[in-house]
Amino acid sequence: MVKRTKKTKTISKKRDKLVIQFIPYSQIQPLSSYKRVKMLLDIVASGKIVFMQGRLRPEEEADLIEETMKTVGKSKHFKGIELAVFSPSQANLKGLTLLRKKIADALAGNRDVITVIGPAHIVREIKKDPTKLELMLE
Amino acid sequence: MIRILRNFVKRMFNNIFSVKRHIKLGLYGPPNAGKTTLANRICKDWLGEELGKVSSIPHETREIQVKEKVEIHHKGKTITFKLVDTPGIATKIDYENFLKHGLSKREAKKRAKEATKGVIEAIKWLDDMDVIVVVLDATKNPYTQVNLTIIGNIAARKIPLLIVANKIDLRRADVKRVEAAFPEYDVVGISAKNGTNMEEFYESLFTIVKKARRRRKRKTTK
Repeated sequence: MVKRTKKTKTISKKRDKLVIQFIPYSQIQPLSSYKRVKMLLDIVASGKIVFMQGRLRPEEEADLIEETMKTVGKSKHFKGIELAVFSPSQANLKGLTLLRKKIADALAGNRDVITVIGPAHIVREIKKDPTKLELMLE
Repeated sequence: MIRILRNFVKRMFNNIFSVKRHIKLGLYGPPNAGKTTLANRICKDWLGEELGKVSSIPHETREIQVKEKVEIHHKGKTITFKLVDTPGIATKIDYENFLKHGLSKREAKKRAKEATKGVIEAIKWLDDMDVIVVVLDATKNPYTQVNLTIIGNIAARKIPLLIVANKIDLRRADVKRVEAAFPEYDVVGISAKNGTNMEEFYESLFTIVKKARRRRKRKTTK
């Protein structure tokens, strides 16, 4: 009887944990669009918040929304995702520096950008401005 | 010689049949921005009838609604297009939100299920559009990821785009904020509900439909 109580406590503690998973650009770069979207959605649907280096292409973002909608309703808690792309301001970059940055981004991917994706039943809202990112949790 | 002849026949075939196909004009945006209200306004102005039902409950439009032929006239010129009203695009749908609007649990769950399908449909239709009008609620923050994703996808597909900042009849509406968020696109502030500033909207519509026609012509001659 005592053992059972302990087990229940452990499980509920596990559920209370907030897990943030960081995904470096090197992990997503070799993947196809389909695999990228699937990997991100699998992580988020399991209740984790993803901080990904870089960003998805617009078509991949649309695919992510589409796949998310297919997943909503399949599990009890999953209601969808909260998504935000946080990029540092490029207003200070001018002329050659800006051009160099754009070429580097095109060749090697934009690694200055952080994409945050969280399950909507955990992350209610993501607020952002050029200097900070706020995650409003449920 | 055979290749030249084949290309000529292909071009003639495309020209004959593509001209007859009307430009497809899609209304896109987040839920409750007023897409169906605008569709109704356009249909009422030019056809004398409405297209769909509007409501304050989000995701009222859960299926694609099409008006096959809308003909509008402006300064002696005419454009004809197929009007496609799409369900609002969202990243999350929670049936519990519908309960707050007085729906029963069963109705709310049904609505949520239909709404998810509607979002998928709306995204799938993106590739079919020739022109897109993105309808945003001018009283709300335009910098949301859904707005950025919609506009990013339209830009990536090189589809001519017009942004409408709707609900300017409301005190909190801020068209300049929408303009600042998307400086590279034309933004027209309107009230689809009251019909305010529709003249400017139709004028901008003429411009982008022309762009779409040129784009389609280029595509068919390639």
